[in-house]
Amino acid sequence: MPIHEKSLIRPEDLTEHEKLEIDGVDVSGHWSTFIETRVVSDYNERMEEEIAALPGGEYIHRCFQCSSCTNVCTVNSLNPDFNPRYWIYLARMGFEKELLRDKELLWQCVSCHKCTHACPRDVVPEGVMKAMATWAELKGHTGVSPSAAFDAEFTEQIVATGKIEEGRIIRGFFKRTGQPLRQPWLLEMSLRLARHLPILMGLKMMLATLFRPRTRDWGKSEAAITEYLAERETANRRALNLDETAGR
Amino acid sequence: MSDKYKTVAYYPGCALEGTGHGYNRSTKAVARKLGLNLVEVPNWNCCGAMEVKNIDPEIQNYLSARNLSIVAEKMSIDTVMAPCNGCYHNLKKVEHDIAEKPKTQEVVDRLSQKAGHASYQAGEVETIHALDWLKEAIGEDGIRERVKNSLKGLKIANYYGCMYTRPRNIFPEKDQGGDSESTYQPHYMDDLLRAAGAEIVDYPLKTACCGGAHTLADSDTSTKLVLNLLQTAEACGADVIATECPTCHSGLEMHQVRAETEFGIKTSPKMLYFTQLLGLALGLSRRKLGIHENVSDAKELLKQKGLA
Ligand code: SF4
Ligand code: SF4
Repeated sequence: MPIHEKSLIRPEDLTEHEKLEIDGVDVSGHWSTFIETRVVSDYNERMEEEIAALPGGEYIHRCFQCSSCTNVCTVNSLNPDFNPRYWIYLARMGFEKELLRDKELLWQCVSCHKCTHACPRDVVPEGVMKAMATWAELKGHTGVSPSAAFDAEFTEQIVATGKIEEGRIIRGFFKRTGQPLRQPWLLEMSLRLARHLPILMGLKMMLATLFRPRTRDWGKSEAAITEYLAERETANRRALNLDETAGR
Repeated sequence: MSDKYKTVAYYPGCALEGTGHGYNRSTKAVARKLGLNLVEVPNWNCCGAMEVKNIDPEIQNYLSARNLSIVAEKMSIDTVMAPCNGCYHNLKKVEHDIAEKPKTQEVVDRLSQKAGHASYQAGEVETIHALDWLKEAIGEDGIRERVKNSLKGLKIANYYGCMYTRPRNIFPEKDQGGDSESTYQPHYMDDLLRAAGAEIVDYPLKTACCGGAHTLADSDTSTKLVLNLLQTAEACGADVIATECPTCHSGLEMHQVRAETEFGIKTSPKMLYFTQLLGLALGLSRRKLGIHENVSDAKELLKQKGLA
């Protein structure tokens, strides 16, 4: 398997002169390549702690940078800029600004658990990815990602009834993210399904979307979960030094 | 064959009451045919799938702990079987976390008490997947003896997905050598379907990801991942991709359609749950197995192969 390297030199930090002579020596082209000095002075020294305090991030301190996670990563194979090993490095060093360059990618982890399976240090990188995405959102660096919107819709339905109903999830998610429900491919899928489904069966499915499935006597579980989640939210905000009262 | 797993608690989960209904039907039909008892967990709740853990992992653990406590307290059965990879994964996960992390036990105890039900303790219930169940309770020989309608001539790529094998630490019984299940090269579905007469193609993407967690949140990524699965299966000569998870199954179906409608890329493999395939071999009808409830329409193919 290839080792995925990440160049720390950005193109905008490189200068090169097509024609240049210094003291009579021709240093045109590559001979004059110069890397701008980079001075980092704005570390966030609490960054690792902040991420460790959020759901999924607790083992970030164990990472020894072997890159097994990035090597096996599903999303990395589609987009080399998605680099868990590198982001964990940045977080542990406190290079907040550097991490924020990739802030719109953080939520794209598909939770395939390949990284957690491969990691020799039990960092649970998959969890760290989720914690980083939550961190960026809570700190106001990003909006609510589509993934976070989906998680919220899903969780709210479970907390309320103990179960989910897929049709309701789809409608709720599209509404939350301001997308039209009439996606051509979803329509095409329903059509294909309808074509070989007996009418009664189709009716039953439609009814299921009207009557929410529920777990009986769920009220006390709902209350217990709601109370716990409120506590956790306060704790998460406190860990990030954010105003504790302002909810998400 | 053994008496082990002859009677198990059955945890279908939300997807099997919705898009994965064909999986539910075929699992029950196969159980009936084989004389195995499935007793549904009474008043179960959703396991939190892949979503609740991102809000809070301990709440996700509580959700599965509640289901396990029902099996332990109300059913007096020591094994729960979940056909859905997500449900199975989450039950395994809380089993692991409760044993290893004091915090999990603490949260589960606290929430269970507030909710007014027994709190689950590690080791009370064994969680198995539908594959473990059939492999142990019936086994290859048991299937071979009962085949009425061999799957001969049907080329199958077995797709196991992510949650059935990863991460390995929550599946202590896997990778134990011998015939035990492997997390890198799972083979239980291969074993069972081969016993039913099918030709199993060498499929390198058995445990690759279909992007199920972001099937709607990031559909382009999911479509790319699914296309990779479909096109590779096609290149391996597979007629069918056998599935063992409703999220994977509907992900493959949805994004096969999406690849066609949005990108004009057609792929041929049909998706069938492994229980539907086993059921066909055991002589059950397409209707009984809910094959008409799949989006992927395998009717013509099955007719061609003399299976319907
Ligand atoms: S595999 Fe684990 S230890 Fe290695 S770089 Fe990734 S998180 Fe760090
Ligand atoms: S879980 Fe996320 S970060 Fe880990 S390998 Fe999969 S996509 Fe990459």
